[in-house]
Amino acid sequence: MSLVTATGLEKTYTIGEVRVQAIHGVSFTIDPAAFVAFVGPSGSGKSTLLNMIGCLDKPTAGSLEVAGTDVLALGRKEGALFRGETIGFIFQDFNLLPVLTVYENIEYPLLMVQDTPAAERRDRVTALIEAVGMSEQRDKYPDQLSGGQKQRVAVARALVTNPKLVLADEPTANLDHQTAYRVIELMKKMRDEFATTFIFSTHDPKIVGEAEIIYTLEDGQLKNSNNQGGVHHG
Amino acid sequence: MGKLCKIAIRNLLRYKRRTLLTTSLIAIGVIFVLVFVAVTGSFKAMMIAQNTDAMLGHLQVHRKGYVASIDNLPLNLNLKAGAIARLEKILNSQPEIATYSPRIKFGAMFSTFVETTNIRLNGVEPERELATVPLLATRVLEGNKTIERGHLWLPELLAKGMKVKVGDTVVIVATNKDGSVNGKSLVVGAILGSVTGPGGRDGYLHIEDAAEILRQQEREISEVAIRLKDFDRLESFGKRLNGLLAGELNQMDKPIFELHTWEKLSPFFNIARMIDVMTFFIKLMLIAIVLVSIMNVMIMAVYERIREIGTMAAIGTLPGKILALFMLEGFSLGVAGAVAGNIFGLLVIGALNIAHISYDFGQQKGFILQAGINPTELAVISAIVIVGAVLASLQPAFKASRMDPIKALRHV
Repeated sequence: MSLVTATGLEKTYTIGEVRVQAIHGVSFTIDPAAFVAFVGPSGSGKSTLLNMIGCLDKPTAGSLEVAGTDVLALGRKEGALFRGETIGFIFQDFNLLPVLTVYENIEYPLLMVQDTPAAERRDRVTALIEAVGMSEQRDKYPDQLSGGQKQRVAVARALVTNPKLVLADEPTANLDHQTAYRVIELMKKMRDEFATTFIFSTHDPKIVGEAEIIYTLEDGQLKNSNNQGGVHHG
Repeated sequence: MGKLCKIAIRNLLRYKRRTLLTTSLIAIGVIFVLVFVAVTGSFKAMMIAQNTDAMLGHLQVHRKGYVASIDNLPLNLNLKAGAIARLEKILNSQPEIATYSPRIKFGAMFSTFVETTNIRLNGVEPERELATVPLLATRVLEGNKTIERGHLWLPELLAKGMKVKVGDTVVIVATNKDGSVNGKSLVVGAILGSVTGPGGRDGYLHIEDAAEILRQQEREISEVAIRLKDFDRLESFGKRLNGLLAGELNQMDKPIFELHTWEKLSPFFNIARMIDVMTFFIKLMLIAIVLVSIMNVMIMAVYERIREIGTMAAIGTLPGKILALFMLEGFSLGVAGAVAGNIFGLLVIGALNIAHISYDFGQQKGFILQAGINPTELAVISAIVIVGAVLASLQPAFKASRMDPIKALRHV
């Protein structure tokens, strides 16, 4: 069974008096444990598509199912609950909470979103800190970390709730190539370890090659895919 | 909730200078209100004490209609023996009453054999009067502190004006209710300091001397001053006693008695009310300070942390928790301001008391300021600040909780 099923997705924005067709007739499915990249130039609709998959935005038309849930039917609160339970996010600017330490940033979704018991919380956070190689920095604050370290923490935070899907919007855009490559490798490793589906967007051709499945978007339309399994587009 | 509090406090500590300034502003407001309440409270307490404990008593009972004519000291509106007995029966059965004192009030001519003037006099039973208005004895500037038969306590200004000293013999001449005039020689037993307020320049003499001057065949009195065990129960007890007295009717089925609290008898009650009104407005100013400063800080906090709010919302934090986080930040600011304000306010009040600041009240000089504040007032002022802080945070917190995650994440 597919983890993500999108059919005829449309997204139109109105900016002033101008209507912008951000996504136009996009359909695809993504299987569990896939490692998928959406690529394309700026303004091609990658972020819009990821936002819709992440229940942050709703399509103007079409249908979208994530983990068996019709996300279009979710209200504001239900959407937040669904994201907290099912989806992890990695952001281009890392978006760690500056007042929390590495440990606390990773712990945050368990504490504030899922109300996980303390012992389980401690075990999961400790395991993930070790998995992303940040044990020595666990008590540091984000402003004491390098960009790569911040993104490692963000990866751990995204995975700590055991989500079915992790969405990463341009996760390497603010990193140098070597660090970007390491972050992608880390994401891949996490996928292998936790069988979590990773969908990320990028326009960096060197990083694109690391994806197992590549979707190319252009002007809001799906142009082609390097479908090596797990993804089917229509 | 504990973790939410921790995050809220850390967020406040991120902007240390701003948090310090806001907390200081609130604390200064609290200090100002506390000191104002303590100082005016001290003045008000002194003023009430001077009125109730040196002259009026806490309550007074008169014959119905007497107070309307009190400036004339009408002898035909005195309480007669039967009414006095009925009144004493009621008063003796009230456990709230500490003591009471019957008085004969009358106007008279005062003569030194050289000069003559008019005087208002109170005939009293010395022990009961001094128990009912204990500060009366402290008004004695010179002479005997008990009112003996044949003696007169003369107000200071009159004594000065008439050049009378303690031990001098004077004559009191009065007309009784039947119109007959009588006089009696009395010795000036004491000179009495004047106090500001009704009856503050009256003379005192023994009730038997007053009855003799007025040629009373049987005892009549003008008023009964009452002292309660607990002044704070004045209002509730006054209502109850009024109800009891209202049941005492004359032969025409009309009430015999009228009861007045000191508030109805003294114009200084209006000053006490004005102090209360000023205190109320000072508290309103404090609320305004809290609302403006906290709302300003919280609006800034929300604006500066839009991307953070977007991140929290995106990863699944419920709007209610985002709302609670920002409200906790406002609440914490309020608590910090209230605590700091209370601590420094109490220190300032303590310093004022150590400084032994003196002030005058009318003719009376050298009152020492005894600023004090009760725990209830502290709690009320703290509650005003904290509730104000929470209310001021509500709008920014609500705005944060309703923020669209996508727009928030895109915010630069």
